[in-house]
Amino acid sequence: MTATTTSARPELSELGRSETALRTFLHGLPGVDQVGAEQRAAQLGTRSIKTTAKAQAIDLAIRMVDLTTLEGADTPGKVRALAAKALRPDPADPSCPHVGAVCVYPAMVPYVAEVLAGSGVHLASVATAFPSGQAPLEIKLADTRAAVAAGADEIDMVINRGAFLAGRYKEVYDEIVATKEACGDAHLKVILETGELATYDNVRRASWLAMLAGGDFIKTSTGKVPVAATLPVTLVMLEAVRDFRAATGRQVGVKPAGGIKTTKDAIKYLVMVNETVGTDWLDPDWFRFGASSLLNDLLMQRTKLTTGTYAGPDYFTLD
Amino acid sequence: MSERVAVRKTYKLFIGGKFPRSESGRSYLVQSSNVSLASRKDARDAVVAARAAVKGWAGATAYNRGQILYRAAEMLEGRREQFVALGIPGDEVDAAVDRWVWYAGWADKLAQVYGGANPVAGPYFNISAPEPTGVVAVVAPERPALLGLVSVIAPAIVTGNTVVVAASPSEPLAAVTLAEVLATSDLPGGVVNILTGAITETAPTLASHMDVNAIDLTGVTDASLASELEVKAAENLKRVLRPAPADHDWSADPGLTRMTTLLETKTVWHPKGV
Repeated sequence: MTATTTSARPELSELGRSETALRTFLHGLPGVDQVGAEQRAAQLGTRSIKTTAKAQAIDLAIRMVDLTTLEGADTPGKVRALAAKALRPDPADPSCPHVGAVCVYPAMVPYVAEVLAGSGVHLASVATAFPSGQAPLEIKLADTRAAVAAGADEIDMVINRGAFLAGRYKEVYDEIVATKEACGDAHLKVILETGELATYDNVRRASWLAMLAGGDFIKTSTGKVPVAATLPVTLVMLEAVRDFRAATGRQVGVKPAGGIKTTKDAIKYLVMVNETVGTDWLDPDWFRFGASSLLNDLLMQRTKLTTGTYAGPDYFTLD
Repeated sequence: MSERVAVRKTYKLFIGGKFPRSESGRSYLVQSSNVSLASRKDARDAVVAARAAVKGWAGATAYNRGQILYRAAEMLEGRREQFVALGIPGDEVDAAVDRWVWYAGWADKLAQVYGGANPVAGPYFNISAPEPTGVVAVVAPERPALLGLVSVIAPAIVTGNTVVVAASPSEPLAAVTLAEVLATSDLPGGVVNILTGAITETAPTLASHMDVNAIDLTGVTDASLASELEVKAAENLKRVLRPAPADHDWSADPGLTRMTTLLETKTVWHPKGV
C-alpha cells in the first residue's frame, strides 16, 4: 500500500485557519487504491490464529470492547446491568478481564457512572446530536458538556457529514475543535460514519480532518446506517493514523464500530492492526471495538478454550 | 463419437441447507465413492446452523410442518431408484417412505394426544402442551441405512426440533442422498444437518455442546462410548434417548417415545375459575 505524504509539513497546525488551505491539503492526499485496499484487507483476514495466540487475542479483544447500547428503549436498569457486565463479563471466571468502556446515550451516563466508579472501565457517551449530527452547533456542544458533567470520560461525536460531503471542511473542522474544547479532559472520539462517505478517498480525508482538528480517536460508524465498519475502511483509517503520527508525532486511536459480531471478525481486525500500524496500537488505549453482541461471542470462544466444550448463548446474558 | 467421461459424485456434508466439504478437507472411501469425513468443527458449524433454524421451524404451524414433511416423502418416493442403485432393498425404501408419511401425520395430532387439560385441585383452568426442545443431536443407527435414518430424523423434526445427525459411518451414501431429498423438498435449510464420518469424532463434540438440547444415542453400539456420551450430555441436562438394542426391529410400529422424549411440556395455569 502506498503511504500518504508524510513529509513534515510545518504548517499542518495552521491548516484549520482557512477553508482553502484545508481543501488544498485534504484533496492533495494521495487517492486510495480501492482494489488494493480491499485485497489487502481480505488477505489479512485469512491469517490463522490458534490456541495460545487465540486465547491472547480474545482477552485483548475483550479489553478493547466498548460495550454499547444505544437504543431508544434503554432504561436505567438496563444500562446498570450492562455496566455490571462490563466490570465482570464472565462471572464464572475471575480471570476474564473487564471491557474497555461502556458506551451509552448522555441521559444514561449518571446510572452507568455509579456502577463504574473507580473500576478502570471507561465511560463513553455519544453526543453532538448522535447519530445524524444534524443539529445547531450550540445544541451539540451543550449535549457534549452535559455528558461530561454527568461523568463521561470519553465522548463519541459524529461529524457533520452534510457539511463534509458538500465540501465545507472548515465547518466540520471548527465543529470538532469546538467539541474537543467542550470535552475538557474527556477523550474525544470522532465518528466519521464511513457508510455515508461513499469513497475510501473521503474516508482518508475525513480521518485526516478529524485528527488535524484534535480528535483522540477516529471511529468508523454510528451503527445506525446499513453499512458500518468494514475491514478495508478500517485499513484506510489505520494507515491515516500511522501517517499522522509519522507527520506530527501524535498518536491517534481507531475504533471500528457496528457489524463486528464474531470472535473471528475481531481477530481479523487485530491482525490488521498489528500488520498496519504495529503493536503500539494493540492496546485498549489505542484500539477499541464498538460492539454489543461481540462480547458474548468472545466469552463463548473463551469458554471453549478454557473448558474444551462448545458454549451456548443460553449461558450468557442477553444484553 | 468419443465416449463421454462419467461425472462421479462426491458425497458431501449437509449443513444449513448447503452441501459443503468437511472444513478439514478429509474424505474416506465408501463403495468406491469419496465421502466427507466430518470434523469437530463441522459438528460445531452444524449446531450453529441448526440453532439458527429453530425459531422458524418451531414457530411454523404444526399443520405446515406436516405438509412439508409430506412433501419430503413425495420427493423420497421419486428417488426410489436412486436408493435401490445404492444397494438399499426396494422394500426398505417403501417402508422408509411410509414411516416418513406416518410421522408427517403426527405433526398436528401429537399435541392432542400428548397434551391436554389437567384436572387440578383449585379454581384454575390448567392445560399442558408439548413444545420442541430445540437442537437435537442424533447418532443414526448403523443399519438399516435408509429406514433407520428416517426413523430417527422424522420423529425429531416433526415436532419442531432441528437436528444434527451423525450418519452411519458404513452407510453414508444413503444419508447424503436423503439430504438431497430434503434439500429439494420445502424443508428450511438447517432443520436437518447431516455429518458423515467417524461417530467417535463428531458424537462427543455434540454430546458436550452446551447449545444442544437433546441427544439421541440410537446408533451408538459401543457401551463405553454410550456412557461417556451420556456423562457429557448430563453437563447441561440434555434429554437423552438411550442406544437401541442390537436386535431392534426397525420395521415394527415405532410408537411415540421417539417424539415425546424430545419435547418439553409447557403447562399454563389460567385463573379462569372453571
